[in-house]
Amino acid sequence: MKTILGRDHPLAVSGFAGPALILFGVFVLLPLLLAAAATFTNHRLVSPEPTGYVGLDNYTRLLALQVTTVAPLRDAAGDLQRDEEGLRYPTWRQVRQAQPELAGYRPAWQFELGQRRVVLAATDPLFYRSLINTFLFALLVLPLQCGVALGLALLVNQRMAGRIFFRTVYFAPVVTSMVVASIVWSFMLNTDRGLINELLRALIGNPDAGPDWLGESSHALLAIAIMSAWQGAGFQMLIFLAGLQSISSELYEAATLMGANAWQRFIHVTLPGLRNTIVFVLVSTMLMAFGLFTQVDVMTSGGPLDSTTTVVYHAVRSGFRQQDIGYGSTITVVFFGIVLLVSLLQRMLLAKGAK
Amino acid sequence: MTQPIRRTLLRLPILLGMCGLGVVFATPLLFMFAASFKHDDAIFANLASWTSYVPDAGWSLANYTAIFERSNLPLFLLNSTIIATLVVVGGILVNSMLAFSLSRMRWRGRGAVLSVVVAMLVIPFEVIAIPLLSLVARLPWPGFEAGVLTWQMGWFNSLHVQIIPFLANAFCVFLFYQFFRDIPPELDEAAKMDGAGPWALFFRIILPNSGPVIATAAIVLFIAAWNQYLWPIMVVQGEAARPVQPGIQQFFGRSNSWGQIMAYASIVTLPVLAVFLAFQRQFVASVAGAGIKG
Amino acid sequence: MKPVLLSLLAMLACQAQAAPVEIKAWRHDTGDAEMVASGQMVARFNRSQDRWKVVVESIPQGSYTESVTAASLVGHLPCVMTIDQPAVPNFAWAGNIRPLDDLLPAAVVAPLLPGGRGVYDERLYSVGQFDVVLALFARRSALAREGVRVATIEQPYTAQELHDIVVKVKNAGRYRFPLDLNGKAKGEWVSYGFSPWFQSAGADLIDRVDYRRVDGVLNGAPALDVARYYARLFKERLAERNPADEKGFEQGRSLIQYTGSWKARDYAERFGDDLVVMPPPDFGHGPRVGAASWQWAIARNCRHPEGAAAFLAHVLSAPEMAAMSRATGLIPVTGEAAALTERYRPGGDGRVYFDFAARYAVPRPATPAYPAISAAFEKAMSDLRGGKDPDEAMDEAVEAIEYDIARNNGYRNIHAREAASK
Repeated sequence: MKTILGRDHPLAVSGFAGPALILFGVFVLLPLLLAAAATFTNHRLVSPEPTGYVGLDNYTRLLALQVTTVAPLRDAAGDLQRDEEGLRYPTWRQVRQAQPELAGYRPAWQFELGQRRVVLAATDPLFYRSLINTFLFALLVLPLQCGVALGLALLVNQRMAGRIFFRTVYFAPVVTSMVVASIVWSFMLNTDRGLINELLRALIGNPDAGPDWLGESSHALLAIAIMSAWQGAGFQMLIFLAGLQSISSELYEAATLMGANAWQRFIHVTLPGLRNTIVFVLVSTMLMAFGLFTQVDVMTSGGPLDSTTTVVYHAVRSGFRQQDIGYGSTITVVFFGIVLLVSLLQRMLLAKGAK
Repeated sequence: MTQPIRRTLLRLPILLGMCGLGVVFATPLLFMFAASFKHDDAIFANLASWTSYVPDAGWSLANYTAIFERSNLPLFLLNSTIIATLVVVGGILVNSMLAFSLSRMRWRGRGAVLSVVVAMLVIPFEVIAIPLLSLVARLPWPGFEAGVLTWQMGWFNSLHVQIIPFLANAFCVFLFYQFFRDIPPELDEAAKMDGAGPWALFFRIILPNSGPVIATAAIVLFIAAWNQYLWPIMVVQGEAARPVQPGIQQFFGRSNSWGQIMAYASIVTLPVLAVFLAFQRQFVASVAGAGIKG
Repeated sequence: MKPVLLSLLAMLACQAQAAPVEIKAWRHDTGDAEMVASGQMVARFNRSQDRWKVVVESIPQGSYTESVTAASLVGHLPCVMTIDQPAVPNFAWAGNIRPLDDLLPAAVVAPLLPGGRGVYDERLYSVGQFDVVLALFARRSALAREGVRVATIEQPYTAQELHDIVVKVKNAGRYRFPLDLNGKAKGEWVSYGFSPWFQSAGADLIDRVDYRRVDGVLNGAPALDVARYYARLFKERLAERNPADEKGFEQGRSLIQYTGSWKARDYAERFGDDLVVMPPPDFGHGPRVGAASWQWAIARNCRHPEGAAAFLAHVLSAPEMAAMSRATGLIPVTGEAAALTERYRPGGDGRVYFDFAARYAVPRPATPAYPAISAAFEKAMSDLRGGKDPDEAMDEAVEAIEYDIARNNGYRNIHAREAASK
């Protein structure tokens, strides 16, 4: 890629880059800086008290983490107590009373190791849970959405009748308001009366089948991932379509002449030609996945049991609903940093892979 | 077996697959559309059966007339159309120009700017919503009163507050950037030899050949502008400048009027589909690329 | 020269005074009969005098709070606005609205039921026209068929009795989820609908003496009993965890629905005499219902508070209150207005709701901490539905609320302090 223009036409550079950079600066970067500044204060949404400087308080509250172990309850004779769910452990309050350094901490994760329970306690357990949820969601949605999108793009790129009709149908979910789409999906996912479980029951033949999609912490996130993939696939399909257009047909002709069949053409002409597009789609899908908010807000409100709380949802709830702007900004600033790191890593890996 | 029949038979499974996928993609929307013609009770009468996804015998336009009575939908549609159109036109211009300078021009700080733009892809809007609110409350805006230029404090309750902050779009910049990178540099040489400066090169050669990416950017920007919800709620309290999405909240309340909600959502979806149909002609399965490559 | 000038000025002044002063008002847009009635009410006020002209801007209800909060951040509030009553102390504490004690005549304010007032720190900040109560709705014929007695205001169901009834009905097999707890509604409904259960058991959301202590109040023994009861209803699948819609009772899929009296009119039209309205379950200290709905307040920086107050006085007058009640079916908050309505006058078929309000109502805590309390409570209930241990869930709510109070310096009333020091 050669460039020859910059040095010769310095004014042109400012002419081209100026408007967008000024707009970015004023309407994105400046508010971001203000939000970052707010992280060092106890700024609230509505408050008569003046905003005060609190140093790193918000950050410590967000990130503080401690690991501790808890011994199970023993009865008078010294034997372990059990109930129908396994060993019985003291409540968190009792644990804290025994270990006063844990004041202000709540469990983020706990698992059993032998006959003890290991607890990762944090001052904001929801932050860590939401971080994991967000990455998990991205992991689920990425292959689903991008894979489907590529398939769709290949299908609608063919010269056939009804191509425009199919493109519109596949794209239609993208233009629907996310609020209404979430509502309709929650109808469809309803355990008893939703279409999806009804189909499942018909397929399996078991009238009692049908998981509680949005009510069980084990599959609520998956349900939202499927719904998000449905909503976003049409959009990535467009991008892939644009990429497919730019692959010269001469390459395809050459491949056919050399005796390649459809699959080989796909591997050796289409995929390499789409390399930039694939990278773009993966990166943009991942970044949009990190911003997951509306579906969670409408369909599950972060539940059940915090399994669908994402970082942005946690930040909005803290900032807007609990009115703690200083803290809400802290969540997003830290998250911004993490995602930045991830995308830098990604770029380094891709750059290495290209060589 | 003759060739044409063979080709059709080979195509059949693909066609069936596409139809199947079409059903999967369209089902929720069919529900929305069908429900807009039904009475609220009928919508939930038999949620599990396929009848929920098609209009029933007693279908009527009652929901549609109701939403026009209960809310000022034509005004909201007009506002959203103006906002989205200006965002698309202004956005394509501004973002493609920046991408052009990043991809075809060499200047100091270019790499840093590119990194910052990519980083901005990460920022969800909710993060900057509140500081942006304080900012636009303090920005002045010119107005004309009796032929005299006056300055009004704050951008609230206007159309421009919903347009200007969204013209610069990191995603579009990135999109244009990737596309421009793939355009061969021979074009630049040819332009230089003809004595054309960067402006001519950009407007006369690059842009006209960027059909697919302009179409994509237009669709992206239109959808983003059309679906704006949180920002208009914050900065527009009156009806005069209100766009379509906040209006739907009117039908949620103590008693949700589901049929009307679905009717509202159906109407609001149509203009975006129209924009898509208009622009998707750019994605022609032809040898469009050959003109540039050759 | 001077007399001419003076009389000219006087004429101009008279002109200026002749045009009514515009008073801006915002109200939440419910989009239905209430809006029509509201518009007529405003028109009548504007016609009845020529000093003030109220102009109303309506903002969609679903996004009303965000809209008003955003406007308050930048000082763009109008003179008059509606606020959901439990949020009033928070608004007052933030300094957005002003006390109404010296603006409204005592005769207008005195007859208001607690559901018609928004109070903070012993001062009145908002007034409302109507109240809503909670009730158990059922159909007489369905109850008879299942062999269930009808609860009355003298003999409400106890919590245990209600549970046993629902279990028996579920086992009989006709209803998959016999109890409908209006699960589709989110947000303030959860706090509004279920905090009375805690109050009925002797617990509460917060200690109402100084509004600082939550520990022991929201997670004491009675509160944990209610939490366990609530969790059991979902564990035993007596109520649906994530209902698709709120039509379960209407369409005969559940036997009893627990919801607000805003449904009263719809159900009365639909079921007529077959409808039976029962008090909420008694958890030990008598049934409790929430109180208060959307109310009117005056902004602190309103330049014409007298005009705003005149409008409010008009709104609270008995004929206007009765008119609003007739249009919307909601309960008026003064005896005088109730006597003017068909439904709520003594002997009217809706009088039972008015009696509920008088006997059982407990307003939500009048503290600026309420948004935090409501959010924490809603999350706790949601976690209980998902199967979380009730001790842990209530502890978490308590800690979240107390943390919020501490972080706001106990929500001390700064403006009262300022006023006192002047």
